[in-house]
Amino acid sequence: MEKDDARLKPISSGTVLDHLPAGTALKILKILNLQKPENAVTVAINTESKSGKEGKKDLVFIEGRILNKQEYDKIGLIAEGSTVNIIKDKKVKKKIKVELPEKASGLFECLNPKCISNHEGLPTKFSLKKDPLRAKCFYCEKIMNEQDIFKAIK
Amino acid sequence: MDFKLTDIVSINDFSRADIDLVLEKAAEMEKLPVSKKNTVLANKTVASVFFEPSTRTRLSFETAIQNLGGQVVGFADAEVSSTKKGESLSDSIRILAGYADMIVMRHSIEGAARRAAEVSDKPIINGGDGANQHPTQTLLDLYTIKKAFGKISGLNIGLLGDLKYGRTVHSLMYALKKYGNVNVYCIAPDSLKMPAEIIEDVKGKINVKETSKLEEFLPEIDVLYATRIQKERFVDEFEYEQIKNVFILGKEILENTKKGFKIMHPLPRVNEIKPELDETDAALYFEQAKNGLPVREALLSILKDVKKG
Repeated sequence: MEKDDARLKPISSGTVLDHLPAGTALKILKILNLQKPENAVTVAINTESKSGKEGKKDLVFIEGRILNKQEYDKIGLIAEGSTVNIIKDKKVKKKIKVELPEKASGLFECLNPKCISNHEGLPTKFSLKKDPLRAKCFYCEKIMNEQDIFKAIK
Repeated sequence: MDFKLTDIVSINDFSRADIDLVLEKAAEMEKLPVSKKNTVLANKTVASVFFEPSTRTRLSFETAIQNLGGQVVGFADAEVSSTKKGESLSDSIRILAGYADMIVMRHSIEGAARRAAEVSDKPIINGGDGANQHPTQTLLDLYTIKKAFGKISGLNIGLLGDLKYGRTVHSLMYALKKYGNVNVYCIAPDSLKMPAEIIEDVKGKINVKETSKLEEFLPEIDVLYATRIQKERFVDEFEYEQIKNVFILGKEILENTKKGFKIMHPLPRVNEIKPELDETDAALYFEQAKNGLPVREALLSILKDVKKG
């Protein structure tokens, strides 16, 4: 697991999000709230992948911060198949392939203003489906599409 | 008994076998002698809490509870409950679950019944949660079709009126999908068409045809399910005025229909079905409303022994 990858050099420890579909990096910054001043983040957009197989991709380098499971799940919503690399001392300590979770708990709000989750401040629950991405609210059963989900992410 | 559900929240929770079981139980209820029927809920108390007004649903549930020998407690208006003081639904339901053996509820907030089922250790029966679900209506619709035609699969079913916002027709589509081999004719003005995603969801199981002209498929239809076109759905009053009378059913339609043709309607009707049809063999809507009773008796009887984990 401990291999040196020149492309991940911008940070010595923290998290590198790799293989993000081209055009998703800025969305990732937004949904993970990475624009806040306390985060040191480097973004690479539309870079050629090393293998050339996957075409262009985005990368996000987050200095000094390790992401948690809920944050992986959020990434999974818009960048399934990307990888999270945990970096320590310039080495990749852990590599996790991000998947779309089957269920999303508390990741985003229900956009239905009449939903009980919005009336009683309940943690939201959704079941997720892909191709195309859809989220169905556990409570009000309204189905949200990708744009809705992105709008609703906390 | 092979019924998996502990609460009746959404028709989407039902398998085909669950629906069949409810319909069979409802048929049994119609035959059960009063002396046996009135012991089914002996020593049971059912809370009937209607945070939003209702006549048919509430009265048929309360009649069903009494027919089965159970006690009813509850209210028909949230104004007389603690909701008025600002109590959350979650708290109200927790308290009620401590008093009653089952809770029948209606609420204007969508997902209210699902939330109630989550916090209550007693079975919840959803009598309608806003524009979301009204599963007992769908079950009584299916029961009515089955009773009138002896089957559900193989029928040509017309859905008429407001197919865009109508909760009953959406739930019916998903329920018919579980049966399969059904032809559904969606008859609606362009502005009130069945949502494309619902047609997409039932594809492969239901053969859907859409039209804005009632007469186009009328001779093929076995049962026509009419719904009310609500004025409040229109931004443009002129459009409403143009559309509202297009789908009024009168006696003349019977000249062009199959033998055994029936008309259903979830009621209340405003002017969608002329009273001149009421006395004809086609009128199934009053029978449909009456069928709410055995279907609700069946559900109460099935759920009375449920232990929620």
